[in-house]
Amino acid sequence: MFAAENGLKGDPRLQAISRAIRVVPDFPKPGIMFQDITTLLLDHKAFKDTVDIFVDRYRDMDVSVVAGVEARGFMFGPAIALAIGAKFVPLRKPRKLPGEVISESYVLEYGTDCLEMHVGAVEPGERVIVIDDLVATGGTLSAAIKLLERVGAEVVECACVIGLPEVKDRCGIKGKPLYILVEPRLLDECC
Amino acid sequence: MSADKDEDPRVSGIKSKIRVVPDFPKPGIMFQDITTLLLDSKAFKDAVDLFVERYKDRNISVVAGIEARGFIFGSPIALAIGAKFVPLRKPGKLPGEVISEDYVLEYGKDCLQMHVGAVQPEERALVVDDLIATGGTLCAAMTLLERVGAKVVECACVIELPDLKGRERLKGKPLYVLVESH
Repeated sequence: MFAAENGLKGDPRLQAISRAIRVVPDFPKPGIMFQDITTLLLDHKAFKDTVDIFVDRYRDMDVSVVAGVEARGFMFGPAIALAIGAKFVPLRKPRKLPGEVISESYVLEYGTDCLEMHVGAVEPGERVIVIDDLVATGGTLSAAIKLLERVGAEVVECACVIGLPEVKDRCGIKGKPLYILVEPRLLDECC
Repeated sequence: MSADKDEDPRVSGIKSKIRVVPDFPKPGIMFQDITTLLLDSKAFKDAVDLFVERYKDRNISVVAGIEARGFIFGSPIALAIGAKFVPLRKPGKLPGEVISEDYVLEYGKDCLQMHVGAVQPEERALVVDDLIATGGTLCAAMTLLERVGAKVVECACVIELPDLKGRERLKGKPLYVLVESH
């Protein structure tokens, strides 16, 4: 569900957030128009607005965990967690987390990848938001949802700054709602 | 400089939340795990507040965070003090034009990258990571910023391992930490 269709229609902050995102063609490989949020992080007001929009949405939803997907989820998730008084739980690539972990594999275009979470970080019954910078196929978010459900947590929503068109008409990810701020930028829109 | 020594009452709470994991990533290393600190929203907030209080009136326009745990502390600090957040990343992650700085590890070398144009000459910068050990990574980070003409005001870490003397590898720049671990 896009923010503009959900209470934030015409919100000028969304336009500024979208304009602050840079498109880098042919990264990481030819044909991909990479949506680069690092330029958003350089615009303090737009970065703050991004976090504030998520904070305003989740502060009264009894969320006790913000799970951020490595590594760009770590740029948005912690500030959201701090503002709503929730734990921040990093979901990481294999062998980065030092303690006992649970792992969930997921399918890529070619091959597989894997996401890990610390055992004990999230308790059964906790209400969780999963955050990442962008959702494309939803494969990574699905793996994140599975990790959290395996420990008995309830994923309330997945939150992303950017959502690719392929998720627009889906009913969320694994039945969980998806909240997205902006659509991807096209190259010829960038100055 | 360390908050540990200043005896701010928030420090003992922060210190108590850091978990030590023995023999990670290899035998003999006592890994300082900050993920347990992130699970305590008061202690995590106190850690960020200690940095924000120190830096908010020092005209810092850039907070550079070292991948990946530096992102977790650096981004909320940047937001709170009104600065840009600049991720310093492992090779191949940043999509645009980058500058790279190699640095030496115990065995072999590694490399840190920053986007060209992210930081302007004369900007005042803070470098943030979760921990300083030998100082090699922080030194590479400082070098990247200096190469584009920025001024590194200070390096800031949650944890210092003073026995590894990383503080001495920061090219004379000051280091501020919240806790020391011997």
